[in-house]
Amino acid sequence: MIEVQGLTKQYGPVTAIRDVSFRVEPGQVVGFLGPNGAGKSTTMRILSCFMPASGGSARVAGYDVLTQSMEVRRRIGYLPESVPLYTDLRVAPYLDFVAEVKGLARGERRRRVAEVMDRCLIGDVQNRLIGKLSKGYRQRVGLAQALVSDPEVLILDEPTIGLDPRQITEIRSLIKALAGRHTVILSTHILPEVSMVCSGGVVIINKGAIVAQGPIETLVEQFFPTARVEVEVIGPPAAVREMMRAIPGVVSVHDEAITNGAGRYVVESSRDRDIRAEISRLAAQQQWSLLELKRVGTTLEEVFIRIVAGEETTAEAGEDAAP
Amino acid sequence: MRVWAIFKKELRLYFTSPVAYVVFTIFLLIAGYFFYNIFAFFTLASMQSAMNPAMARDLNVTDGVMRPLFSNVSVILLLLMPLLTMRLFAEERRSGTIELLLTYPVRDGAVLLGKYAAALVLYASMLALTLLYPGIVAYFVRLEAGPLLTGYLGLVLMGATFIAVGVFASSLTENQIVASITTFGILLIFWILGWSADYAGGAAGKLLQHLSIIEHNESFARGVLDTKDIIYYVDFTVLALFLTLRSLETRRWKG
Ligand SMILES: Nc1ncnc2c1ncn2[C@@H]1O[C@H](COP(=O)(O)OP(=O)(O)O)[C@@H](O)[C@H]1O
Ligand SMILES: [Mg+2]
Repeated sequence: MIEVQGLTKQYGPVTAIRDVSFRVEPGQVVGFLGPNGAGKSTTMRILSCFMPASGGSARVAGYDVLTQSMEVRRRIGYLPESVPLYTDLRVAPYLDFVAEVKGLARGERRRRVAEVMDRCLIGDVQNRLIGKLSKGYRQRVGLAQALVSDPEVLILDEPTIGLDPRQITEIRSLIKALAGRHTVILSTHILPEVSMVCSGGVVIINKGAIVAQGPIETLVEQFFPTARVEVEVIGPPAAVREMMRAIPGVVSVHDEAITNGAGRYVVESSRDRDIRAEISRLAAQQQWSLLELKRVGTTLEEVFIRIVAGEETTAEAGEDAAP
Repeated sequence: MRVWAIFKKELRLYFTSPVAYVVFTIFLLIAGYFFYNIFAFFTLASMQSAMNPAMARDLNVTDGVMRPLFSNVSVILLLLMPLLTMRLFAEERRSGTIELLLTYPVRDGAVLLGKYAAALVLYASMLALTLLYPGIVAYFVRLEAGPLLTGYLGLVLMGATFIAVGVFASSLTENQIVASITTFGILLIFWILGWSADYAGGAAGKLLQHLSIIEHNESFARGVLDTKDIIYYVDFTVLALFLTLRSLETRRWKG
């Protein structure tokens, strides 16, 4: 539904994105993840036909964003990062304007506007000036204008930024409900959001380049091939380390912190084995007091930090190496 | 109709901000003052001619009254029109709404047309309101309809050009004040070009005179319809609108 091939954008001398390629399959909600300044908004502005790329191509709903921009625009709903709305218009007339510009006939327009206000929970403010609305309501009006033409593809740039926790939850459940009927690409720099909302996987961008993409579990396994168990135990550190290392399947043991006897260790093992039973048996045998034993899931967060931090360390190393 | 949707939105926005109301009020007050002067002039003149019938023949309404009237109104328009057009693109750019507007399935040309038409209709209704004054004056004294009509047509054409220039300036910046000053500057330059025509003389003088934006309004106020003047305003308008489209296009590249 969205195919991006080698997309590059230059703002004068600044290269905002370079050689970006990814795909989004129909009906999926895909997260576009990256730190601030990574090039998320730039990519979305190109996808939404707001501005042309400097190189590469992008197809949305089967049409090229540059050469068939009208066809693309008819099939998308876009919510820019800043949620730009006409603050001097009232909610319902504004949505009616958007519906008309998007080519909906009068009767259909009234029905769609009512429907979308209902769905975005803004019916109670339909006669209020947009400029007088709270940030949460404004965000929902922004989402409503994207949805009003019932588009195939939704391009949402940081749809939950600047909202309070309750509003974030509301917007997220709204977006989650879009999966299946719409293809959604939503950008964010909030990691948990992706695992919560993006059933269709994630595309990670950093410094203008795609660094990873795919379903979240696959990415986690790819970046963290081992399972991890956190152990807190009172016992002689050297022995604890050695004996846990000797358990079959364990690939490494790190100690996190050792304070007056109690040590906290992270044990990594191959993913197909659960070594918790063996650790507790070992502790009993050796008469160590086992204070805590838990599996730590490797999350997207850690993947992301590893990718972004990894890039930074290599970049810094490169800079250091240079005279 | 997408142009229609944009046209309606623009008109709605005009009446949500005080600018249009202020411009309307000031224009109507000043135009009213000018017409009052005409009325006073006529009253005086007719009193004199009653006492001295020989003078009545010298009373040239068109030259003595209509021409200064329309030329005064033109000056007011030069000052006020930039305020009516400054918002059109600059504000969309400042608030970021342009990013949505230009990703809706409408061509840039349709957006431009909708906005231009809204400003033109606003201006036309402002002019239409001033028709009240000649109406009142005509009730008391005899006014010639011909020069009045051509005079108004001249104002409509000139205003249409002012609006096109204003829309263009508005597409260049996200600051309404800058848009307004730029409009005023461009119009003023074309206004004063004619002044130096006399000194320049020859072909250059002719050219300067032809470029002058106010020179072409003269004949309308005299009650003369000249296609050359009409073509001048139409050309000027089309050129300004064309440049606006180009400006919108280049701005897209910059993001
Ligand atoms: N209009 C612009 N002119 C110049 N540079 C820009 C412009 N917009 C974005 N950039 C630069 O491009 C890079 C990517 O920005 P952006 O796409 O907004 O990132 P994100 O949305 O991921 O935070 C940044 O370095 C930013 O400074
Ligand atoms: Mg951004």
